[in-house]
Amino acid sequence: MPKLTIDGQEIEVPPGTTVLQAAQRLGIEVPHFCFHERLAIAGNCRMCLVEQEKAPKPIASCAMPAADNMVIHTKSEKAKKARKGVMEFLLINHPLDCPICDQGGECDLQDQAMAYGFDRGRFEENKRAVKDKNFGPLVKTSMNRCIHCTRCIRFATEIAGVEELGATGRGEAMEIGTYIEKALTSELSANIIDLCPVGALTSKPYAFIARPWELRKTESVDVLDAVGSNIRVDSRGPQVLRILPRLNEAINEEWISDKTRFALDGLTRRRLDRPYLRRDGRLVEASWGETFAAIAERLQGLAGAKIAALAGDLADVEAMLALKELMASLGSANLDCRQDGAKIDPGCRAGYLFNTTIAGIEEADACLLIGTNPRWEGALVNARLRKRYLQGKFKVAAIGPRLDLTFPVVQLGLGPEILDDLAGGNHSWGEVLKTAKKPMLILGMGALARPDGAAILEAARRLAESCNMVREDWNGFNLLHTAAARVGGLEIGFVPGAGGRDCDAILAGCESGVIEAVYLLGADEIDTKRLGRAFVIYQGHHGDAGAHRADVVLPGAAYTEKDALYVNTEGRVQAVRRAVYPPGDAREDWTILRALSEVLGKKLPYDSLTQLRGHLVAAYPQFAQLDEAPRAAWGSFGTKGAIEPVPFAYPIGDFYLTDPISRASPTMAACSEVYRAAHRPAAKTGTHG
Amino acid sequence: MSGETNETPVLQPESFAFTPENLAKAKAHIAKYPPGRQASAVLPLLDLAQRQCGNWLPRAAMDVVAEMLEMAPIRVYEVATFYSMFNLRPVGRHYFQICTTTPCWLRGSDEVVAACRKKLGIEIGETTADGQFTLTEVECLGACVNAPIIQVNDDFYEDLDGPATEALIDELARGEVPPPGSVIKRQGSAPVTGPTTLHGVKLAGDPNAA
Repeated sequence: MPKLTIDGQEIEVPPGTTVLQAAQRLGIEVPHFCFHERLAIAGNCRMCLVEQEKAPKPIASCAMPAADNMVIHTKSEKAKKARKGVMEFLLINHPLDCPICDQGGECDLQDQAMAYGFDRGRFEENKRAVKDKNFGPLVKTSMNRCIHCTRCIRFATEIAGVEELGATGRGEAMEIGTYIEKALTSELSANIIDLCPVGALTSKPYAFIARPWELRKTESVDVLDAVGSNIRVDSRGPQVLRILPRLNEAINEEWISDKTRFALDGLTRRRLDRPYLRRDGRLVEASWGETFAAIAERLQGLAGAKIAALAGDLADVEAMLALKELMASLGSANLDCRQDGAKIDPGCRAGYLFNTTIAGIEEADACLLIGTNPRWEGALVNARLRKRYLQGKFKVAAIGPRLDLTFPVVQLGLGPEILDDLAGGNHSWGEVLKTAKKPMLILGMGALARPDGAAILEAARRLAESCNMVREDWNGFNLLHTAAARVGGLEIGFVPGAGGRDCDAILAGCESGVIEAVYLLGADEIDTKRLGRAFVIYQGHHGDAGAHRADVVLPGAAYTEKDALYVNTEGRVQAVRRAVYPPGDAREDWTILRALSEVLGKKLPYDSLTQLRGHLVAAYPQFAQLDEAPRAAWGSFGTKGAIEPVPFAYPIGDFYLTDPISRASPTMAACSEVYRAAHRPAAKTGTHG
Repeated sequence: MSGETNETPVLQPESFAFTPENLAKAKAHIAKYPPGRQASAVLPLLDLAQRQCGNWLPRAAMDVVAEMLEMAPIRVYEVATFYSMFNLRPVGRHYFQICTTTPCWLRGSDEVVAACRKKLGIEIGETTADGQFTLTEVECLGACVNAPIIQVNDDFYEDLDGPATEALIDELARGEVPPPGSVIKRQGSAPVTGPTTLHGVKLAGDPNAA
C-alpha cells in the first residue's frame, strides 16, 4: 500500500491508484478533462498536471500511479503555472462561442477556464476550423470545439463495444470521427454527449431548447424497458425537455440507453388528453362523468366471468393493484399482465426475477443466454455483460439466432431442444456451466412467449439446478423482462385468479363472445383484432393500438407525470416521480380507477396515494423496501412438457419502437429509419414493434 | 495526410485484394508477431497495399488490411491518416516531395519549387493532367547536408537547383530513371569542393578520386 503526501496530507492508497484518485480521496480537486473513472486512462489533456517533488517537471496526475514517499503539491506556483499554460493551449483552437453553445452552463471547459485560466488570450493567429461530422439523429457535433480528450472514442470502444470512433490525422489536423461518415451503431451512443467535457458533442433533439439553469430537475426511473435505469427528468413548465442518467451502481452505473434518453418527444405527441366515448362508431370527446356513466351502464348486471382486464407494459403497480381489486369486486378472475403470452410462472418469485442482479453479473464466470437479445431487451444488462467480459475469464454462450452482442458468444444452436442436452450432460458446454464457479443463465421472453414456454421454463430450471447455479451464496437463474410493468404485475398477482383466463384465453373469449367487456390498462401490444365485439375500456396515455379499438378512452398519465412504483427485472422496487402534470383532463392512473369504482358502486378503500401505498405494503410487504434487489427463495416452477424444436424468435423487432411512447416519438422514428439497415432484426414476433 | 472529408471526393475502387506475391509477403510480416498481436503488422501491410495500388491507399485496401489483422477498420484509418507516407488519394506516377524546411530553403529550395511549377504547370498539392507528376511540399527529409532535396517516390535527388530540377523532370518524363543521390555527383555528403583530408587515399569507385 503506497503512502504518499498530497498538499501536506498523508494518505495510504491501494496499489494501482493514481495520484489524481488519491487527491480526490482527500477531497482535493484536480482539474481534468480526459480522465474518466470508467474509461481507460489516456493522459492526453494535460490539465491534471501537479508538482511532484524531486521530479524534473510537472506530472500528469491521472496517469501517474501513486508510489511510496511521493510528495505532491497541487496548489503550488509551479502546478498553477503549468495548468494555466495547458488551459491557454486548449483555448487556442477552442471557439469563443459559449453564448450559442448548448453546453454553456454545464461545460467543464467553461468552468475550468473560469477557475484556472487566464483572462485573455495571446494567440493572434487564426483558429483552426474542423468540419462537423454526422453521427446520426442523436448526437450533434461541433468539432471546432473539440479538445481531443478522446473520451468518446474510449467510450465507444470500451463500454459500448462498437469500435467506430477514432482520431484521424495528426497534430493540428487531428480530428475525431468515424472517417467514413456513419451513425454510431450502438444503443448507448448518446452517452458520449454526457461524457464530452466541452460542447463538441451535444444532443441533437435538444439543440437550442433550454439552458440548464431554467430546468426543474426531478429524480426518477425509466420505464421503457425492464432494467429500470435511474434517470433525471429535466422539465420546464409543462414539458419534459430532456432525460439524463442518474448514477446507480447497481443498475445503470452512469449510462442510459438512447431510447431512455430520447423517446421523450413522444410524451407530447398522440396524447390522450381528454376522455372519449364511441358514438355511432366514432370516438368523440366526452366528460369524465359521461364516460363513467357509459361504463357503468354497460357493466350493469354483467357477470364477473364476462369481464376481463389486461395490464400493459408501462402500467404502474398502484394502478394495477387498483384495477385488480376493482376486478375482484366485480367478481372477475380474468386478468393478466403478460400481454405477450409469456409462460411465466407467478407462483415462485425466484422463477421470474433476475436473481443474480445486474451488478452481480460482474461476479459470474459463465453465462448462457436463452432466447434473449440483451442488447435490445436490456441495453444496460448487455453493457454489464460486456464489462464482465472485458475483465476476462468469462464465457458466454447463446441459444437463438446469431447476434452481435459486442462480445464473443459461443453459438450453441437455434432452439430450446439443446436445453435438455445441456442439463443431461450430453453437450460440451454443459461441462463449462458445471465447472464454472458462478454460472448464470438469462432466459428471455423469446424463450417463454411461445406455446411450449412453460416447458422451456421448467427445462431451464432443471438446467440451473443441475449446474449448481442456485446455492446459498449465488443464484444464477435470471429472467430478462422487456416490460417495466411485468414484474410489478407478477408481484401483486395481476394474473388469472382461480378459474380465470390468461391473456390468450381472454382474447379467445372476446372472439367467441364469452367475454363481453375488457379493461385495457395501457395494453397496446395485443392483437386488437381479436377483441371481437367486446366492449373495450382503454385507460392509457397514448392514442396507440388499444385506444383505436376502444369504446371508452380514459386518459391516464405517462411515467413522467405521476408518482408511482415500478419493479425492475431484478425485483427492485423503484419510485418514479412526477416531473410535470398530465396534459388536459388526463389523471394519474390509480385515481381514475378509484373514481370509476365509486360510480360502479364498488368503492375502492383508498383516497390518497399514501393510503394506497399503505394498502399495498400491507398486502405485499416486499413493497416496503425501495431500491433493494430482493433475494427470492428457490422453488419449483414451470411445467414439464414437450419442447418443440422451433428456433427462438426475439421479442423486440425494432429497439427504437417498442412501446406507445417511443412509437409516438419522431426522434425514435428517425433512429429506427437510420438503424434499420445497420442491424436488421433476426426475427420478429407480434408483441413488439 | 489529412482525411478525405475536407477535400473533393476520391473515386474509390470497389474492392481490393493482395496479389499472391504480396499476400505471401503480408503473411510473412504477420508471422513476425506473436498470436493476438498481429495488429503490429499494420504498417508493413499498409505499405504493401500502397505499393500495389500505385502509391496510394484506397479505402478498400485499408478495410482488407483491417480484416486480415482482425482490427476495427477505424483503427487502420487512424494509422493511415497519421503517417504522411500514406497517400489517401491517387497521386501521379512520379510523386514529388519537395523539402522546403529551413536548411533546404537556405540552399535554394524556392528555386526548385519554382522550376517544378514552371516545368509542370501545376501548383503544390496538384497532379498533372496526364497523371505523371504530383507535387507536394514536405517538412525536413533528413538530408540537409545535401540540400535542397526532392524525394521522388522512394528516391532522393539531392544538391538540386533550378536547371537540375528541370533536367530531372525531363528525364523522368522520358521514362528514364536517373541515378538517385547527388545530382552534382559528389560522394555521399562529402564536401562539394572535394575531399579536404586523406588526399592520398584512393577509394574504389569514387568519381572524385580520379
